[in-house]
Amino acid sequence: MTELTREDTEALIQEVLEVYPEKAKKDRAKHLAINDQEVEQSKKCITSNRKSLPGVMTIRGCAYAGSKGVVWGPIKDMIHISHGPVGCGQYSRAGRRNYYIGVTGVNAFVTMNFTSDFQEKDIVFGGDKKLDKIIDEIETLFPMNKGVSIQSECPIGLIGDDIEAVAKKKTKEHDKPVVPVRCEGFRGVSQSLGHHIANDSIRDWVLDKRDNDDSFASTPYDVSIIGDYNIGGDAWSSRTLLEEMGLRVVAQWSGDGTLSEMELTPKVKLNLLHCYRSMNYISRHMEEKYGIPWVEYNFFGPTKIAESLRKIASHFDDKIKEGAERVIERYKAEYEAVIAKYRPRLEGKRVMLYVGGLRPRHVIGAYEDLGMEVVGTGYEFGHNDDYDRTIKEMGNATLIYDDVTGYEFEEFVKKVKPDLIGSGIKEKYIFQKMGVPFRQMHSWDYSGPYHGYDGFAIFARDMDMTLNNPCWKNIQVPWKKAATEEAEQLAVGA
Amino acid sequence: MPNVMIRRNDDGKLSFYVAKKDLEASVVSVETDTRESWGGEIQLDDGSRYYIDPVSPPPAFPTTLRFKRV
Repeated sequence: MTELTREDTEALIQEVLEVYPEKAKKDRAKHLAINDQEVEQSKKCITSNRKSLPGVMTIRGCAYAGSKGVVWGPIKDMIHISHGPVGCGQYSRAGRRNYYIGVTGVNAFVTMNFTSDFQEKDIVFGGDKKLDKIIDEIETLFPMNKGVSIQSECPIGLIGDDIEAVAKKKTKEHDKPVVPVRCEGFRGVSQSLGHHIANDSIRDWVLDKRDNDDSFASTPYDVSIIGDYNIGGDAWSSRTLLEEMGLRVVAQWSGDGTLSEMELTPKVKLNLLHCYRSMNYISRHMEEKYGIPWVEYNFFGPTKIAESLRKIASHFDDKIKEGAERVIERYKAEYEAVIAKYRPRLEGKRVMLYVGGLRPRHVIGAYEDLGMEVVGTGYEFGHNDDYDRTIKEMGNATLIYDDVTGYEFEEFVKKVKPDLIGSGIKEKYIFQKMGVPFRQMHSWDYSGPYHGYDGFAIFARDMDMTLNNPCWKNIQVPWKKAATEEAEQLAVGA
Repeated sequence: MPNVMIRRNDDGKLSFYVAKKDLEASVVSVETDTRESWGGEIQLDDGSRYYIDPVSPPPAFPTTLRFKRV
């Protein structure tokens, strides 16, 4: 399909909205917009972070998913108890592919599921005693854990359990941090509030533990990676670049991260923030309390990597600035070869994205490096400040959709006809059955890493593998295919 | 009375951030911005205005302050 003009896109949005009842139409209209780079503030054109409409298929998660699944979960040497019924923890177990180094069940616990498995009697009589007992059991069975976090599920808030009291008591008893996190699923409109709650609990229960302790020998080049969850090894391929340019990475938040790394973060000189949406809160707090500046960066695709490395280096002396240039130079041949190989195969292809909180804008640069164009993007749980940052990245007259519903997304795809869609597992099979190549952009479709120069090579290969897969030619059944071919021949003949 | 975090942006302007409201805007003008005190009515680039009793001596940014909506 040819380029959509502003009017076409406008008409498309109106057409899609037509199916809703009056009230719902009015509400959904606010979440769909056409990008206009002139607009400085996104709230003039799009509304975000609002409650999803009942009755539509949303793709959002809950506050528990934001806290246990995203922020706390990847911290490998702590045990995260899914406090409540068993399902929430079990069905989200190990799904996010946060890689880590360690022996699972001995000194690392990320892919394990710890739960208090609430039963009727716990709802009726309260679950604090059970929680108390679980923490004791954990101490006996897994003595090498460095701490425990209690991730509340919905019933905990509903029945009014006092997990803070249990946490305080157990902290004293075992002399290890026990962190209560009030991330009941019903809080907020999406997982975004879970991120905020998790950040606040880290701030209140973890971050200040080594404030009066100067035993940690710091250097002027200490940084921390914030908001990189090491999906498929992302944080590792980012870390190597930073270390190569002469920085010392003290902490990884929270992919492959540890409790002591988190406690040491206030000693660093600069916080490097990758996922702005989920960890800007703690970065802002550290800036205020400890005077540590933070800088957003983007390690998807060589253009953005070079830009980010220079931006990070600008906060340090000439040694690091030279280091950044050296790193860019060193990988130049490598990434140019990747582009030379894949760009001809991917040039001009159009992509639609719908992901979580940073990728809808962060991966645009990587696609552009491969000559592809992003024609639509949207956030599950982004806020206005995310859209502020997105407007500049996207081309004019492209589609932007906030908390898109299953119906809208399908209709957009039918009309815009992108060559590739990047979204999550819930969308994957719908679009594959429609015959559209699809990549999961949450979990990298069981591949990765995609960050850094090493990741870019894998990214390019994966996109090519999906887009140019011969299976897409065989998606139509043979008897229908014959009919279309005949019709085409007739058309040509006439 | 929102709690507002004020910090300096890369471009040197003050940014006005209210976490609960998802408001991230830059400050256009401050009524009183002298060596002795800082505050008064504050105009943001989205047109909204907030008020704080002038703080003396001027706060060191970044900091969190309580503002009133005008």
